[in-house]
Amino acid sequence: MSHPILSRRLLLAGMGMAGMSVAPARAQSTPRRGGTLTAIVQPEPPTLVSALNAGAPTGVVSTNIFDGLFSYDWDMGLKPALATRWEVATDGLAITFHLRPNVRWHDGQAFTAEDVKFSLEEVWRKIHPRGRATFANVEAVETPDPLTVVLRLKQPSPVILGALNAYESQILPKHLYAGSDALANPLNLKPIGTGPFRFKEWVRGEHIILERNPDYWDEGKPYLDRIVFRVVPDATARAALLETGQAQYAPYSPVPLTDVARLRALPGIAIETRGYEWISPWLFLEFNLRKPELGDVRVRRAIAHAINRDVIAKTVWHGFGKAAVSTIPSTVTRFHNANVPQYPFDVRKAEALLDEAGHKRGADGMRFAISHDFLPYGDDYRRTGEYVRQALRRVGIDLTLRSQDTPSYLRRVFGEYEFDMSSSWASSFSDPQIGVQRFYWSKTINKGTPWTNASGYASPAMDQVIEAAQRSADPAERTRLFNEMQRLAAEDLPCLPLIELNFFTVHSKKLHDVAMGPDAVYASLKHAWLEG
Amino acid sequence: MAVLRQAGKRLVQAVPVLFGVVAVNFLLMQAAPGDLADVLAGEQGAATPEMMAELRARFGLDQPVWVQFAHYLGNLLTGDFGYSHRLGLPVLTLILERLPATLLLMLPAVFLAAGSGMVLGGWAARRAGTWLDGLISVGVLIAYATPLFWAGLMAIVVFAVQLQWLPVGGMRDPSAAYTGLAMAGDVARHMVLPVCSLALFYAALYARLMRASMLSALQQDYIRTARAKGLSPFQVEAVHAGRNALLPVLTMVGLQAGSLIGGAVLVETVFSWPGLGRLAFDAILRRDLNLLLGIVLVSSMTVILVNFVVDLLYGLADPRVRAA
Repeated sequence: MSHPILSRRLLLAGMGMAGMSVAPARAQSTPRRGGTLTAIVQPEPPTLVSALNAGAPTGVVSTNIFDGLFSYDWDMGLKPALATRWEVATDGLAITFHLRPNVRWHDGQAFTAEDVKFSLEEVWRKIHPRGRATFANVEAVETPDPLTVVLRLKQPSPVILGALNAYESQILPKHLYAGSDALANPLNLKPIGTGPFRFKEWVRGEHIILERNPDYWDEGKPYLDRIVFRVVPDATARAALLETGQAQYAPYSPVPLTDVARLRALPGIAIETRGYEWISPWLFLEFNLRKPELGDVRVRRAIAHAINRDVIAKTVWHGFGKAAVSTIPSTVTRFHNANVPQYPFDVRKAEALLDEAGHKRGADGMRFAISHDFLPYGDDYRRTGEYVRQALRRVGIDLTLRSQDTPSYLRRVFGEYEFDMSSSWASSFSDPQIGVQRFYWSKTINKGTPWTNASGYASPAMDQVIEAAQRSADPAERTRLFNEMQRLAAEDLPCLPLIELNFFTVHSKKLHDVAMGPDAVYASLKHAWLEG
Repeated sequence: MAVLRQAGKRLVQAVPVLFGVVAVNFLLMQAAPGDLADVLAGEQGAATPEMMAELRARFGLDQPVWVQFAHYLGNLLTGDFGYSHRLGLPVLTLILERLPATLLLMLPAVFLAAGSGMVLGGWAARRAGTWLDGLISVGVLIAYATPLFWAGLMAIVVFAVQLQWLPVGGMRDPSAAYTGLAMAGDVARHMVLPVCSLALFYAALYARLMRASMLSALQQDYIRTARAKGLSPFQVEAVHAGRNALLPVLTMVGLQAGSLIGGAVLVETVFSWPGLGRLAFDAILRRDLNLLLGIVLVSSMTVILVNFVVDLLYGLADPRVRAA
């Protein structure tokens, strides 16, 4: 048996060294205590509590201040954090968490089961955009003693076990939030958690400073004395800070892909793509099935055949992605199904399908015209759109690219359904019920709600599979159902998965142990240490 | 006394102007697709219909537009600039937080630009037609034609990355807790690149203006009289001609100082400077209506105030203006 972490690491190391002449591997393996880490967070988080704002920049900072009940290991298994162990009843209708004793909030109060009950009932289920669905079947939360929490469920909800880290289900202090309007609590800007770092100061527009929590329950950790998160809006300036060593850590693809090769070639800088497996981002096209041409599955399949996903991964995304074979990415190992209908790049087949659908080429060589709205998150998304335009023009579909700012994009695609085809990325998360089902379930056709089923795809067969998976307590059965779901998704093709995205972290080689789990980007830097 | 009366008159005139500014910006933001609820759902990567409805009710976005507007005006009359729902703070707090940084960037930049522009322009006019004039004019043209963000990025690449003389950006070094003089020195080091990049463009503008207006002043009869009177060339050129040539430049400085508050988005972004321009830009992108209106209102007030001060300065520069 090969060790999964070890082999993955060796593989990456091998890939990294192949192109380099000398890679001096400094064998300093014992963590060193102390030091200030300067990190970059971009854009500036609006608030510092992930339980109340699930945005990425908030997640990057907040998970250093707060804990979850668990974190995840490389196989998506639960690793103890505020809870030390858990039990699921055989009928799946109860989940029991045993909490860690002697944990204190940063203000000195004891952490208890009441905090968990409060967070679940008042925050995750009422305010969190995904928690509302994840915990929907929790009927009651019992706290038989201060270190035990029992969730009573209306129906089995294994999805909960995939959503228990410090980012997705963050534990807030009941004694500071109970009775207040959580979203307007002033503590959201100077939070008090149980995590490895304490909040020190936030100078808006400049930086956020966190300091080591000397009373952290994980003894000896964290190693760093201080983390300074700097707010740096310009990508060139971010690259300059990393290049000159003025910043040593920047997650979430902080520099343009065109700059990565240059940075990677510098001796002191590492590019890390691990730590994003728990969110497993994918890039996809969504078709508006209400439009006559795109409502025809033959046209959608033709488009799939006309697009070379390898080109998108290798050229447009500079290798920071992998051609997608199914709607659940391969990094979600438990549920991914590679054995679904494929649409290999084949221009002739695409043309034949379009002919068959009755769209003959006109006098100008074009069959019909559609528009394509791309998510305005930067050049890579625009260039994806430009590639798709070229690829589709080749088979006689005249594509117009539309660019706009993010609120306009969201309003057009999800608010008004005034689009033909859109491209965007989304997180799959470790459980498809959290990340993927929303694009395929007919009950998530919610006009006006971003990141839901905008295609208008409604299939009784699909709904049946999705709803059965929601109810099932048996892991094997759920895997089987989600495999079936992927087969249906590939057959009906309301969304066309393009690539599995590899987000990356840029860090100094003097900073060690940054990607310690599949959710590292949304986990604390408690393992991280700086060489002296 | 006359000054006070004039100030009072200006104040009364300012009320309809400010109302117009607020109304127009309010309506413009309504025309932009998407609202704050869309933005919050967008940046969180997930939403439910209930969440969207709750957010809109919370922000008052479920009310008719005119009700929202009346509500905003009502608050404004009591001195309440409203609340940024995204950032969880009162708008006034957010603006006041950023004001020092904005002034620290803009005031030195304006003085540097006006000072160097006037000197260079005046000098070029005195030596009109010589190689010096040519040199200054070409330099000015290049500075004027260089995009601001590009100049900023190049300054970073050369002085911060290659030479490493100056920091890449920010207003201070957050990992060092300086106090007193050391802190002032640290901030000054951080100011060099953004202030110079910003001043470069404006200096070019003022230099061109000063050269032209100085040239025409030097043609005037009173200059010949002054020379005939036997005054030193410095007296003639700097005091007699220079003072009159100043008026158009002053007008321009006045107009541009109005954009002082929100006008340096590019430089603030490139140099991670925590000014109001970036705050305003973010407010537009995130549809943070209260915050944007607050910033617009504050910058309108600045325009009115600066124009008033410039009018007073006219009087100092040219007594004829005072009489009128």
